[in-house]
Amino acid sequence: MNSFAENLFNEDDKVSSLVVEGKVDTRHGPILYMEDVSVSFDGFKALNKLSLFIDAGELRCMIGPNGAGKTTMMDVITGKTKPDTGSVFFGQTIDLLKMDEPAIAQAGICRKFQKPSVFDALSVFENLELALKTNKGAWNTLFFRLNSEQSDRIGDVMETVGLSALAHSRAGILSHGQKQWLEIGMLLMQEPKVMLVDEPIAGMTHQEIERTAELLLSLQGERSLVVVEHDMEFVRSIAQKVTVLHEGGVLTEGTMDEVQNDPRVIQVYLGG
Amino acid sequence: MKLLTLATQDKTCTTVLMLLAAVTVVIPLCNVLTAVDSPLHFSAYTVSLVGKYLTFALLGMSLDLVWGYCGILALGHGAFFALGGYAMGMYLMRQIGTRGVYGDPLLPDFMIFLNWKELPWYWFGFDNFGFALLMVVLAPGALAFVFGWLAFRSRVTGVYLSIITQALTYALLLAFFRNEMGFGGNNGLTDFKDILGFNIQSENVRSMLLFLSGSALIISFLLCRWIAGTKLGRVVTAVRDQESRVRFLGYRVEMFKLWIFVFAAMLAGVAGALYVPQVGIINPSEFTPLNSLEIVVWVAMGGRGTLYGAIIGAVVVNYSKTVLTGLMPDAWLFILGSLFVVITVLLPDGIVGLMRRNIRGKQV
Repeated sequence: MNSFAENLFNEDDKVSSLVVEGKVDTRHGPILYMEDVSVSFDGFKALNKLSLFIDAGELRCMIGPNGAGKTTMMDVITGKTKPDTGSVFFGQTIDLLKMDEPAIAQAGICRKFQKPSVFDALSVFENLELALKTNKGAWNTLFFRLNSEQSDRIGDVMETVGLSALAHSRAGILSHGQKQWLEIGMLLMQEPKVMLVDEPIAGMTHQEIERTAELLLSLQGERSLVVVEHDMEFVRSIAQKVTVLHEGGVLTEGTMDEVQNDPRVIQVYLGG
Repeated sequence: MKLLTLATQDKTCTTVLMLLAAVTVVIPLCNVLTAVDSPLHFSAYTVSLVGKYLTFALLGMSLDLVWGYCGILALGHGAFFALGGYAMGMYLMRQIGTRGVYGDPLLPDFMIFLNWKELPWYWFGFDNFGFALLMVVLAPGALAFVFGWLAFRSRVTGVYLSIITQALTYALLLAFFRNEMGFGGNNGLTDFKDILGFNIQSENVRSMLLFLSGSALIISFLLCRWIAGTKLGRVVTAVRDQESRVRFLGYRVEMFKLWIFVFAAMLAGVAGALYVPQVGIINPSEFTPLNSLEIVVWVAMGGRGTLYGAIIGAVVVNYSKTVLTGLMPDAWLFILGSLFVVITVLLPDGIVGLMRRNIRGKQV
């Protein structure tokens, strides 16, 4: 039996040759496929035939000047914006364009917003509890009770993001940096397969930035991460592979050094 | 027990609850136990007035659940109250039997007057009290479900949703005005004789209705507090503050809105059903958009998002209305309008917010 067939009839995964509903098929490598995606707002092309492949378990950094299409790209992946043309797949089989935001989130693609979006009226603990991966139907939510395993998990995440002492404080009183951490914590609670992280270090102190870098690095492998950030020093500290977006398309991809020495990138950034 | 501990975490809340319980028990008890000329005896007028306030309080609280917790400014909430009232009114109409002016055992007077020969199908079953009670919650619930399903799924929010809810109650107002609808046209349903075999005018029945209204309010209050304390309550609060973020956490926001909206509509229906036997009439004017706006003023006045604030607001505004419409009948609408402006500008958290500020001020 050749290795391909072996892979198909793997003992652990007997049905892997079939399309399994709700299962993310990453046997070809990439977990996220965007092909020829175009979005225009009133004639302005926010995305212009963007093609992008994110491998399972990789940490990808995206940079690009303002208006390059970074946030629109995340909007398309998470179902907020429907593209005019193109296709977006999660694994080999899940067509994200046929799904709405809650369905995509439940499938395992979660997002941290550019502006930290936590629920100010709820406590840190309650914010994390809302994000917890569980049945999210209305009746189930009404009768939901945390089991000990789940509260331990919330405790662990609070530990990871350094907010244990503030567990019962309202999220509204947190500093900008702490809100960023809380939102990262909310992503972790969702146990996503892909994390889209938009500007994670805005408003953070130097130490906080270092801890964020460590945290993101520790997550790769188990999860795939797409990090959008303007801070080049931060990108350098975490990036293996960097994608540069420009005018709604991919300008270039490569290591940080390759990208920074690419004359096109220099031109785009310096406006030469 | 757990419900009680939940409710007693907040001092104002406990006070309101105690007062409610006292009113609910003491007034009916005094009236049943004492003679008419006793100083402890409340007049029939006072009893129905207090009973009416209690149903308004329940109505206000149900709107607070939708507006204060879920952030949906529904300007047509009175429609659900009126539907519940009509369901009860239909039961009371059928209890009249042969005692009507025309003495028909089956058809209410207004149908004879319209020369109708038989009872319309939707009047069937309303001679049964249990069926009528079911309709009291099902009719408003079904309307809220259909309306909410369409509106929330299409993601209609904010001022657009408010306008549609207003249009909904206005459409119902026009429909119920029509004689062909079979709900008594602009006269509505009235001239009720008895409820479950007891004379509806009698003092004891009025005391009983007050007791039931108070009990319904207390039970609903505890139920709403419980809901607000569950994870569903927190999701709903989150929807109020950042609707789209909740979607990205994997919650179907429209389902949560629908759940709260339907539940609140049912509570409003119960309030309407308790209101009608106490005032003795239900007519299409209950559907006027103005009524629904008044409910919003009660909640804003009392303080949004606290539940008991809505109770305080409903009682205070309606008491002022009773007093002021007696003193200067034409001025009431102007007073109501100015109240709304003043509260919005000066007291965004209503009476409850003012009390909290005072308590905090004293502690400092």
